[in-house]
Amino acid sequence: MARFTFHGGIHPYEGKESSKDRPIKQYLPKGDLVYPLSQHIGAPANAIVAKGDTVKVGQKIAEANGFVSSPIYASVSGTVKAVEPRRVITGDNVMSIVIENDGKYEEVDFPEPKPVEVLLKEDIIGMIREAGIVGMGGAGFPTHVKLSPKEPDKIDYVIANCSECEPYLTSDYRKMIEQPEKLVEGLAIILRLFDNAHGILAVEDNKPDCIKILKKLTADNNRISVATLKTKYPQGSERQLIYACTGRAINSSMLPADAGCVVNNTDTIIAVYNAVKEGRPLMKRIVTVTGDCIKHPQNFSVPIGTNYAELIEEAGGFVKEPEKIVSGGPMMGFAIFDINVPCTKTSSALLCLSHDDVSSAVETACINCGRCVEVCPGRVVPSRLADFAQHKDKEAFEANNGMECCECGCCSYICPAKRQLTQSIKSMRRMILADRKKK
Amino acid sequence: MKEYMEVSSNPHVRSRVTTSQIMFAVVIALLPATIYGIIRFGWYAALLVLVTVGTAVLTEHLFCKIMKKPSTIKDGSAIVTGLLLALNLPPHLPVYIAILGAVFAIVVVKLLFGGLGQNFMNPALGARCFLVISFAKYMTNFDCDTVTGPTPLAILKEGGQVNVFDMVIGRTGGTIGETSVIAIVLGACFLIALGVIDLRIPGTYLVSFAIFVAIFCPTGLIAYITHDSNVFIDWQYFCGQLSGGGLMLGAFFMATDYTTRPITKKGQYLYGIFLGVLTGLFRLFGPGAEGVSYAIIIGNLLVPLIEKITMPKAFGKGGEKA
Repeated sequence: MARFTFHGGIHPYEGKESSKDRPIKQYLPKGDLVYPLSQHIGAPANAIVAKGDTVKVGQKIAEANGFVSSPIYASVSGTVKAVEPRRVITGDNVMSIVIENDGKYEEVDFPEPKPVEVLLKEDIIGMIREAGIVGMGGAGFPTHVKLSPKEPDKIDYVIANCSECEPYLTSDYRKMIEQPEKLVEGLAIILRLFDNAHGILAVEDNKPDCIKILKKLTADNNRISVATLKTKYPQGSERQLIYACTGRAINSSMLPADAGCVVNNTDTIIAVYNAVKEGRPLMKRIVTVTGDCIKHPQNFSVPIGTNYAELIEEAGGFVKEPEKIVSGGPMMGFAIFDINVPCTKTSSALLCLSHDDVSSAVETACINCGRCVEVCPGRVVPSRLADFAQHKDKEAFEANNGMECCECGCCSYICPAKRQLTQSIKSMRRMILADRKKK
Repeated sequence: MKEYMEVSSNPHVRSRVTTSQIMFAVVIALLPATIYGIIRFGWYAALLVLVTVGTAVLTEHLFCKIMKKPSTIKDGSAIVTGLLLALNLPPHLPVYIAILGAVFAIVVVKLLFGGLGQNFMNPALGARCFLVISFAKYMTNFDCDTVTGPTPLAILKEGGQVNVFDMVIGRTGGTIGETSVIAIVLGACFLIALGVIDLRIPGTYLVSFAIFVAIFCPTGLIAYITHDSNVFIDWQYFCGQLSGGGLMLGAFFMATDYTTRPITKKGQYLYGIFLGVLTGLFRLFGPGAEGVSYAIIIGNLLVPLIEKITMPKAFGKGGEKA
């Protein structure tokens, strides 16, 4: 039974108004493009081009390496300059293909796609896999793996995650406003894979215009409906979203398929549409460039591999000195220290803030106020888990459901003592997961 | 390119609420009761409040300096402790006793156990109980020139009659801050509206205490069934018990003290019920008329146990519904 919400969660400052009404602008970069070989969860792709090769838009430049992996396509025409480690948003140096942009954007001949009706299920999954589609909400899990559960007949719901609960982000919102037909058709394509499934477009109630458009589009469709969810972070978190839409709850050791659900993000579903309907692989994505330091906050459709510095310039540059730049939303994104990094398949936003809440906050003693417990969507006790983490007490951490934390950051956000709760819990979880792998 | 920026792990935004804001909200919420106490008991009460708060803050500052640690008085918790202690003192207490109480609250109950957030007992209540034991003569003397002697609860204990309306307003004997139900509830409403406290503990505390009284008081259910009493619940007695003594101040301001109450939701309900029953036991069957302070202190000591048995279930393991 749908509940349209979940227990816990927070209401941070949304900040969406600055970029929400700016239509998606196509941006074609002028400088080099960088394609990290690892833009997804799973094995890094294998480069199939070498220095000196000429490439065209839409040409495959890296091959998937195994089932849980994803190929990469060139989004520009030019010459391969190097295959070398380059810095990415997380600060790591990752093996990347660097392409010198010739500015012509010459395309390969995309194959004429077959009508969807004649495609078999395996064909659709194969096309999605070949198109290099991964979860574009942030996690980057290869979509074809998500769409291949053990028992496809037991999937009851395919949920389109259109909640966009992260503050500041408007890329999904713009897609829903500008290309709602593609979203609905993309979802219909995914539904072809699951005979018994019903499609749900899950939208938060702070986007009434999207709800209206999507309801109108799906009025005659008896396999797809629109669910209006309460606006609250982290409504778009997979487990919370499934619960809000279906009333089914999964814990950290279960997969959505265990609850008969498959969840995909808005942009991912539109990428599925582009791949299956138009035969075009994943080469572009929408990036919201926003924050109070940006002169003209807006939404760009950019070729993957574009340098962030170019996007900032295109948005009018800085009006204030940024204190913090985040790739992604303020709750889940990565703080970057160098803006000369490429945009990847999972880059949803570039947020430039003139004030950093974290560095200016002084951490004081926990007063046991219980706010972290109130907001925790995982229903654990973050303040205690952070204590266990700081004391390196793995047993107590696991015994108190530490592994059920989804790292959404609500506890750190709400803490009046400004403790680094999520951060402590996160490092402990990493340590335990690493231990488990060793065994 | 310039060297930018702060880099840290997500999340990158924080709510504006800070510990000191919460503490000052509590101070503001205690002001109606404080002001009423001063109006009712005169300027000596004001002096006691100032001395107690001042001593608490100064003690914390000096202790931190002696221990070579950064001073923690800015968080405002010492002000709250001092004020709460002052509201729990009789209006004519010698000043040196108040000073002693404030030093005991801050040093022995709070700082020796690790300071803010680490004490296992409410500092103000710990100090009050220390004073009651050490200076029983002064701490239980509510006589004064202008106001009548015994507290309403003492009168009820002796089987006498009380004026409930006066108790709600606060025109009775008692400690500086406990007499006026209206002033206390006003402050509590402010805290509830701000989301600083919720009704879980005060609600279960008051309701369970009321039920206990309704069953066990001299005109209660048991007495009525066994024909010891002809009336079922003497309403004057019942309302007098609810509005008398430190119950309101305790339920809204002491039992809800973050540090010394359970952090789990279910634990808070359990804690409230436990306090209500214990207060009832002390008041109806104990030797004294009062019971709130001791009930809350014993409750404080049981918090680790209560938390242990009420740890919430995680999402996806049965905990998603609550």
